[in-house]
Amino acid sequence: MRATFIRTLVELADDDPRIMLLTGDLGFTVVESFAERFPDRFFNVGVAEQNMVGVATGLAEAGFVPFVYSIATFATLRPYEFIRNGPVLHRLPVRIVGVGGGLDYGSNGVTHHALEDIAVMRVQPGLTVVAPADFEQARSALRATNALTGPVYFRLGKNESNTIAGLDGRFSLGRAEQIGSGADVAIVATGSITLEAARAVAALVDRGVDASLVVVACLSPAPIDDLVAALGSARVAITVEAHYASGGLGSLVCEIVAEHSLGCHIVRRAVGDGHHGISGSERYLNGLHGLSSESVVATALEALDRVATARQERA
Amino acid sequence: MRANDVRRIVLEQSKRAGVGHIGSALSVADIVAALYGGILQIDDPDDPDRDRFVLSKGHASLALYAALHLRGWLSEDELSTYNADGTLLGTHPEAVLRGVDFSTGSLGHGLSLGAGSALAARLQSSTRRVFCLLSDAECNEGSVWEAVMFAAHHDLSALVAIVDLNGQQALGYSRDVLDLSPLEARWRAFGWDVHEVDGHSPEEISRVVAGLDTRAGPPHVLISSTTFGKSVSYMEGRIEWHYWPMNDEQYATAIDEVGG
Repeated sequence: MRATFIRTLVELADDDPRIMLLTGDLGFTVVESFAERFPDRFFNVGVAEQNMVGVATGLAEAGFVPFVYSIATFATLRPYEFIRNGPVLHRLPVRIVGVGGGLDYGSNGVTHHALEDIAVMRVQPGLTVVAPADFEQARSALRATNALTGPVYFRLGKNESNTIAGLDGRFSLGRAEQIGSGADVAIVATGSITLEAARAVAALVDRGVDASLVVVACLSPAPIDDLVAALGSARVAITVEAHYASGGLGSLVCEIVAEHSLGCHIVRRAVGDGHHGISGSERYLNGLHGLSSESVVATALEALDRVATARQERA
Repeated sequence: MRANDVRRIVLEQSKRAGVGHIGSALSVADIVAALYGGILQIDDPDDPDRDRFVLSKGHASLALYAALHLRGWLSEDELSTYNADGTLLGTHPEAVLRGVDFSTGSLGHGLSLGAGSALAARLQSSTRRVFCLLSDAECNEGSVWEAVMFAAHHDLSALVAIVDLNGQQALGYSRDVLDLSPLEARWRAFGWDVHEVDGHSPEEISRVVAGLDTRAGPPHVLISSTTFGKSVSYMEGRIEWHYWPMNDEQYATAIDEVGG
């Protein structure tokens, strides 16, 4: 996803001299294509993320559109106040690119796992928050946000090959993409983990469950209308995110269900706090935290049973 | 622009609003008067190619508002909303106010904004300059030194930092809280063009700035020795005047001393 993103950025920068790329000394084999094509618009600022965001704010005030690039934790958490008091407060078009959202940097350990970035970024007013499900969607999301005059956060994964069947790279600001109908269960996912969610939907459909996949790549502005429509017609919704349960997609869905008095039963699948300090491959960690397609299927079936039992009891 | 006119406005508005941060604003009054009285090339605060000013020590905002007023960009009525409900003139400056280039108030932020602004000027082949006023204690923040390294590495010659070296911070004297001395040697070691100046001499500040090469070479810093609370005898060098407001008697004395 990150390679596609930078390739697309190079294409955009060909026509848009405002675009710059700043990296906090990360992106080996990824950022070089931009650096070679636009040496005057590329800066490795060193391992200094606060300054990177501050410099980008100064550049944006003068008319540039700087992209700042780092691993998602370092791109968001270390310079968080600089993001808040910089591009957010000044409403400037700084683009924050965080690579490895969720558990992508699995064996690198918890310091490299971005598990609260969506939560902290989506509370900032006017900050568009984007977490594409696959590289095709990353490409369209970058193009769809290029004209925005405010700041954007891109939470990118590392997967460059797998795509979500039926998504075809669709992305619209403030919209979600629903694949399938899903009267029984809606699986709502964001970011790279959507791939597991899509596998779960396929497995549920194989079992005769009327399941749909709702891809929420635009977390802010929240796709309220699309989520109300999708959740209003499903008995059960399972949210799936490589992120802590608090503040992310699951919280967003709960806010919308509560505010619109929807009858949909929600179960949040997210990263728990019960595995302190444990590392491993992304696949291993997804399984550990109940984010594998098998876990999502089991969660959905349990939830459907629970809802059915509750209805029988009420009847 | 007379520094004591800046001071008088600082005192009047602080008294009317009943708030502190007076000592910090008095400390930089001469620097701000030198900047807005001649150094800054700003005919129109909306001109994109104007010189930029970052008040990184945002808690001295009242000195900036005073300068904007004395330049005619801020009316008396607007100025008199300082710290009132619904004002754009808070105790830290907001860029939504015409004439304020950047919102500040969180120490350690401004120099990186200034570095980005100076880099932008170079990329746009502009000769505009960027002035950034920091407090000495602000240099406690690690992010200041990130920006110091960046600006030196990229020879951001259009960037002029001014450090208000008054030796005081919110809870004590800087030498007791977190000693930064020798501050000029530290900036020099990081590759900056360092000048030690009397921060209460607008003439010296202006003369030094006029001699800077802002088109080539390293970024510049004026380590400006100042007295906290300058020109009001009972405030000078006193920690408590970081936060205290004045009573009527203190106000009368202060106005008298700055020649109001």
